Amino acid sequence: MKLALKLVAASLMVAAATGAYAQKGETVKIAMIEGLSGPFANVGQNQLRTWQLVAEHFSGAKNPAGVKFEIVGMDSKSSPQEALNLLKSAADQGFRYVTQGNGSNVAVPLADAVAKHNERNPGKEIVYMNYAAVDPAVTNEKCTFSHFRYDADTSMKMAALTAFMKDQPKISKVYLINQNYSHGQQVAKFFKEGLARNRPDAKIVGDDLHPLGQVKDFAPYVAKIKQSGADAIVTGNWGQDMTLLIKALNDSGLKVPIFAYYAGVSGTPTALAAGGDLEVYQIAYNHSNYSGEVRQIVDAYKKKFNDDMYTFSIYNAIVLLGEAMAKAKSTDPMKVASAMEGLSFKGFNGDSQIRKTDHQMQQGLWISKWQKVDAKNNYSVENTGFTFAPVKYLEPYIASTPTSCDMKRPAP
Amino acid sequence: MEFFVISLLNGLSYGLLLFMLSSGLTLIFSMMGVLNFAHTSFYMLGAYLAYSISGVIGFWPALVIAPLLVALIGALFEKYSLRKVHKFGHVPELLVTFGLSYVILEVVQLVWGRATVPYGLPPQLQGPLFTLFGTQFPKSRSFIMLTALLMLLAVWLLLTRTRIGLVIQAALTHPETVESLGHNVPRVFMLVFGGGSALAALAGVIGGNTYVTEPAMAGAVGSIVFVVVVVGGMGSLAGAFLASLLIGVLQTFAVSIDQSLASGLQAVGVPVGPQTFGHELLDLSVAQVAPILPYLLLVLMLIFRPRGLLGKREN
Repeated sequence: MKLALKLVAASLMVAAATGAYAQKGETVKIAMIEGLSGPFANVGQNQLRTWQLVAEHFSGAKNPAGVKFEIVGMDSKSSPQEALNLLKSAADQGFRYVTQGNGSNVAVPLADAVAKHNERNPGKEIVYMNYAAVDPAVTNEKCTFSHFRYDADTSMKMAALTAFMKDQPKISKVYLINQNYSHGQQVAKFFKEGLARNRPDAKIVGDDLHPLGQVKDFAPYVAKIKQSGADAIVTGNWGQDMTLLIKALNDSGLKVPIFAYYAGVSGTPTALAAGGDLEVYQIAYNHSNYSGEVRQIVDAYKKKFNDDMYTFSIYNAIVLLGEAMAKAKSTDPMKVASAMEGLSFKGFNGDSQIRKTDHQMQQGLWISKWQKVDAKNNYSVENTGFTFAPVKYLEPYIASTPTSCDMKRPAP
Repeated sequence: MEFFVISLLNGLSYGLLLFMLSSGLTLIFSMMGVLNFAHTSFYMLGAYLAYSISGVIGFWPALVIAPLLVALIGALFEKYSLRKVHKFGHVPELLVTFGLSYVILEVVQLVWGRATVPYGLPPQLQGPLFTLFGTQFPKSRSFIMLTALLMLLAVWLLLTRTRIGLVIQAALTHPETVESLGHNVPRVFMLVFGGGSALAALAGVIGGNTYVTEPAMAGAVGSIVFVVVVVGGMGSLAGAFLASLLIGVLQTFAVSIDQSLASGLQAVGVPVGPQTFGHELLDLSVAQVAPILPYLLLVLMLIFRPRGLLGKREN
């Protein structure tokens, strides 16, 4: 007993001697609430491994706060109801950080539930790190103090895409084809707004919405696109809706460049490589051919799992968390959240910042093109021999869009 | 004209794909009275097996071997599982095939992983077969159409022109009589189930590389094959054929119609604006609801003609 007391005293003294970094050596546990089984499991599993690898990479001395990050996956089966239950169970297990990204249908209620939890449980607040859900609502009318978004929302991506089209005079007739739910509708809406601003001369020659995951055969849509005389296609489709659209376009031999939102997500690159020489562009916060620290992690991921790491926002999330904890000198979520507000840091795209007003990360976006790997662009996506090569970088100020967020902050 | 011809061609080829998917299901239903929920799982299994086999010995042998393997699996399932629950009635039969669909899904994910597998077309089926008004018509689709037609012909010949076909048909209505004449009726059922599974697998071998081979592929076509079978008339092969073409053409042409109920009403002079009651519903264009039309057709068919297009009335 006495020995134990002495040990405690000694360790306290050592802790005091090492200085102000009270958080040093602490373990920050993050609960990842995501669909880890069911139809979108491959994406969720891929991202869980990304979180774990990035957390491992940046743990300890590699982050300025000197903390250890630990990620625990919780399977929401992509259901909002299930995700809310898991939030409760994460809170009971003492998690103070949760993360989720796939599906705004989950993100919107989850952000709301986290805010309510924080109101009701002072001293046990939770911070919600949204790494992929892109519904502008969560950083606008439904913004909350505890929610942070690291992906660029649809309004930002469409602002950047239409800004890119400003320098593409040969694009004059655009065909929109999207999934008929909030995401697809927003892609169509914000693209039209951006085009009216940046390219008032260009026309929208088609605006199709089709049910999510119900279309087995896109040939009729392709016939319609051809009929319209479009010279560019813009789509927010993902998963099977994206691969089948690409296949139908390739089959018909219609050579119209396609500007896609999610061309790099699990499975789509394999379908892209399988046929045709369609011109495919992606608008995203990344491309496939980085150098430096993020590339080390990407290569390590490939080596360890024989799979591609494509959710780069997770890299930014962990880097930012380390910086904010060092700034706050604490791992307490509310202090860290305050520290993250307005914090600038070096992300994988260079200077990035969390905007104070709405907690939306301000970052540059890339237009990249699907092509064969070459000496300069040598990362083979899904071992296809193809890659997303960078075409143009759009600076953060171009992609930035205004917010209507009026955030309630906790009293200091 | 150009658009009409292309759309008709697209509709027919999609319809024939649907027929290929549902012929096995309708065969099993008409012969055994079992509504096989695992049918599209056999379709998926066919695609995955063909992917593995074609990696070793090429696509054309896989086209034969994969359906045979699936037929074997189907026959074994019938013999050791379905036959045991048969005496308990239709609901347990339905449930056991339902359970099987989950087992196959999980096994596929364990063996081949959750991601899409790179199952590509063989060189002979790549590229366009012909070009019509500047739009290419791919060889892979033509091959699907050809296979579906051959399938229809083969099954029809088998059932009506061969000895085994006659035994199968007789066993459907008078199993005791057939049995007392010395035929092994359970084995006939086993053959039928295996054969139906093989048809699904054959569809998978061709559909898997024309479209996408992934664990979600079974679920994606699961609902539509039931629509085909019900609209065509439970158990009628010719009905399923008609229904497939009908749905294919209907859906393809609906996609091209951008008019909605609202614009239709406006055209006849009824003022419709955003304030009108139910505007969201009225404003849906036909193109938007096109993929839902088969299900609407299903409901209408069940209301007005429950036995389907060519179904025989159940006794």
